Amino acid sequence: MIAILDYEAGNLASVARSFQALAPQVVVTQDPAVVARAERLVFPGVGAARQAMAHLRRLGLDQALQEAWTAGKPILGICLGAQIILAHSAEGDTPCLGLLPGEVRRLNPNARTGEGRLKIPHMGWNQVRVVKDHPVLTGIPMGAEFYFVHSFYPSPASADLVLGVTDYGQEFPSIIGAGNLLATQFHPEKSGRFGLLLLQNFLNWDGTYAE
Amino acid sequence: MLSKRIIPCLDVRDGRTTKGIRFKDNIDVGDPVQMARYYYEQGADEIVFYDITASSDRREIMIEVVRQVAREIFIPFAVGGGIRSLEDMRAVLLAGAEKISVNSAAVKNPEIIAHGAQAFGSQCIVLGMDVKRVPVSDKIPSGYEIVINGGRTPMGLDALWWAQEAVRLGAGEICLNSIDADGTQTGYELTLTKLISEAVPIPVIASGGAGVPEHLYDVFSQAHADAALIASMVHFGTYTIAAIKQHLQAKGIKMRLLW
Repeated sequence: MIAILDYEAGNLASVARSFQALAPQVVVTQDPAVVARAERLVFPGVGAARQAMAHLRRLGLDQALQEAWTAGKPILGICLGAQIILAHSAEGDTPCLGLLPGEVRRLNPNARTGEGRLKIPHMGWNQVRVVKDHPVLTGIPMGAEFYFVHSFYPSPASADLVLGVTDYGQEFPSIIGAGNLLATQFHPEKSGRFGLLLLQNFLNWDGTYAE
Repeated sequence: MLSKRIIPCLDVRDGRTTKGIRFKDNIDVGDPVQMARYYYEQGADEIVFYDITASSDRREIMIEVVRQVAREIFIPFAVGGGIRSLEDMRAVLLAGAEKISVNSAAVKNPEIIAHGAQAFGSQCIVLGMDVKRVPVSDKIPSGYEIVINGGRTPMGLDALWWAQEAVRLGAGEICLNSIDADGTQTGYELTLTKLISEAVPIPVIASGGAGVPEHLYDVFSQAHADAALIASMVHFGTYTIAAIKQHLQAKGIKMRLLW
């Protein structure tokens, strides 16, 4: 069973639907006991870090995530779920889960292009340059684009944790991971064929990763 | 770099697409679900549906369309038309849409933008603006006025002011439709699009007037639109999305070419 964590951070309908298109047993849950029984976890989310952390703690899902991480279950973080797995977020100066070392930073609002100031949030399709091979990224071609909507980005403490990068006025980590955890700043569930491929790869992944 | 988005727009009445959309490929051109799937496979970056069903008690038909579309396409899509309340927004989002577009309801009750943004996040809330060129006056200093009812009812609001007000209220994106250009196929309203796009920190989707790929080039390169809405150009089979994208990429506009 695949558990999609519902901690009241945005609309999970599209994440659930994309997985349902690929796998028979998908459960959207707020229940730590269901999470404990799941074979793999999807940790999505949009919204503000502080509120999200408060909901996770109230529901006991912070603990459930820690346990799944320690137990080696495959975990996929998406968007906000790729941010609050780090130790701290600049969004509302929020202490986060700390599954991986690092922090969440704001995209530079003063970055400029030929057209003037970059718009924040970074919204739309952008390329991801895969910098490390990973089973979940198998088959994704150079130049593939994914759908982003965000104002903050994950900045892990070590370059070893960065699997993919994206350029938006600055280069930022758009795929991070270690061990049984992989997380994307973009939304694979809304990223067409290559997004679905990434989700399918995640479903096939045993949660091990050797560089 | 971020790609410029191309967004086909489908008008839906009582669960069926309108206009004489002509297609080959054995698809039911009256079926919004099949049309959405077709455009998804053709490389649309996003899709917009406008529900032009006259009667509000038939809204459930559109919700069912949204549900079916959400099972077929895996790119963002927005739904507009007839959304007047937080409950209307919630129904559309839970059915699987990524964004909701509010237009006249927001003009009449601007707080709906703020309430929607608080409840669902700014990224969900698109402000649709129908705009008409008028003489510059104290009331309309930009010379562009907000209109509703398909352009028939001027609202006495300056378009530039309204765009900035919508940002303040929490809109995440603006879909900017020129009533003057709409249906002409002679090109987007570049002056208007540039004015609004440069004045707001959120993405602007240009709408109204597209007839040939060069019109999209103009609105991206000269007016700095972030996305362009297209309708008859592709609905009548004159162009494919792939051909439009190739034209633009060749002229230096960044496009999503792999899908």
